[in-house]
Amino acid sequence: MKFSFASLARQALTGHQGWAPQWRSADLKPAYDVVIVGGGGHGLATAYYLAKAYGVTNVAVLEKSWLGGGNTGRNTTIVRSNYLWEASEGIYAHAHELWKTLAETLNYNVMFSPRGVLQLAHNRHEEAALKRQIHANRLAGVEGEWVTPEQAKAFCPILNVDPGIRYPVRGAALQRTGGTARHDAVAWGFARAASGLGVDIVENCEVVAIRRDAAGAVSGVETTRGAIATKTLGIVVAGHSSVVAGMAGVRLPIESYPLQALVSEPLKPVMSCVAMSNAVHAYMSQSDKGELVIGAGTDAYVSYSQTGGLHIAAATLEAICELFPIASRLRMMRNWGGIVDTTPDRSPIIGKTPVPGLFVNCGWGTGGYKATPGSGNLFAHQLATGEPHPIAAPFALDRFRSGALVNEATAAAVAH
Amino acid sequence: MLLIRCPYCEMARPEAEFKYGGEAHLTRPDPNVASDAQWTDYLYFRANPKGEHGERWRHAVGCGRFFNCLRDTASDRILATYKIGEPRPAAR
Repeated sequence: MKFSFASLARQALTGHQGWAPQWRSADLKPAYDVVIVGGGGHGLATAYYLAKAYGVTNVAVLEKSWLGGGNTGRNTTIVRSNYLWEASEGIYAHAHELWKTLAETLNYNVMFSPRGVLQLAHNRHEEAALKRQIHANRLAGVEGEWVTPEQAKAFCPILNVDPGIRYPVRGAALQRTGGTARHDAVAWGFARAASGLGVDIVENCEVVAIRRDAAGAVSGVETTRGAIATKTLGIVVAGHSSVVAGMAGVRLPIESYPLQALVSEPLKPVMSCVAMSNAVHAYMSQSDKGELVIGAGTDAYVSYSQTGGLHIAAATLEAICELFPIASRLRMMRNWGGIVDTTPDRSPIIGKTPVPGLFVNCGWGTGGYKATPGSGNLFAHQLATGEPHPIAAPFALDRFRSGALVNEATAAAVAH
Repeated sequence: MLLIRCPYCEMARPEAEFKYGGEAHLTRPDPNVASDAQWTDYLYFRANPKGEHGERWRHAVGCGRFFNCLRDTASDRILATYKIGEPRPAAR
């Protein structure tokens, strides 16, 4: 069913009783041309672009729980594209362009809101790093500007720019075209569009083994709902990338950490932008429901627990209360963790593995959400053609052997 | 916050006293003879298991010494801590 003014009006007049499920609840077929493990935003986007752009529709997306219940539903929904190196500018700008028309493309309101993203600098070293990033971005045609504390205050009036505080604001990098998008809608919109093109989306279906033929190539997967044959397998499982790749004997340069976030009780509009501080691992924006959405830091140690230590969230809230004194009397409603798959250079891994037929799209670490449509589009190219898309080529697994790392430790840090 | 027993101080202390030191029991290959694959694996590739993980910690504001720890990464339960040089305890 297509969403339009007419369909909304018709449903409104009939009490919204006529809406159909947004995607088919598919049963597993015995074989598929492509199987994607992971029904989050990246996996569903991959399936959508496989069907839409490459005509590959005999595709299954296997999700061990419910769609978008992992990092897609746990992140702080920030979208921006101001990374340092050319390779990163290419991949994040590609995604940023797709975000701008994603609602029209999918006929689904993903609520993309380019409200502006402020990255605060608290000392001269951060200031130098952010200015370098802005200059590099402008050479590459990626939008961004430096703003003074007064300009930052004008852009984000609840920001405390008193020079005497523990984390004084020396200025900020502002990307006006950055912003937020509704994370659930992104998963649902891609699922609905992919399902409409013939992709089978199977929830509550966990992959437990990867089958390989005599030559070592992928021949299928075993799941909690039965075995499936396929020669092309894409792993898009974020925090569990090492676990699933390990089923085929593939080691990855990834470690998984809990990254936390919180939301406050809902308020009337007080914050019209996103503000983030890498130094104190704190970032904040306001959702359309009115909650302040706050991103915290990662725990120090490898973990799959999806919770994280309370002292991490507490440290973030201390910084938030100083930078945004208005937050000091707010109650936090929820606090949770997601498991992020971090690489040594803080850039993703997209492409081939040593096992023929096995491909990975992982290592997005603390900041994959912003890349969701671009990641899916580029990985679909890899799965459909067997070769990397030129934009994704620098992010091959082989870069750890060749040494051509894409070091985004400054641009990515933890704050997204 | 984890409660970690330092095997040197022989005391359980809060995580805030410690620094995490990454995966334990990695052996540095001789760079003069190691292949690209061996060197890359040593530098960047990690086990990252969901389950028992051997890892290094340093009692930074205590004795200051490195030690090893066996922890379940699914539950964050610490199974054992032991001194540097001691073998990794058997799987449980």
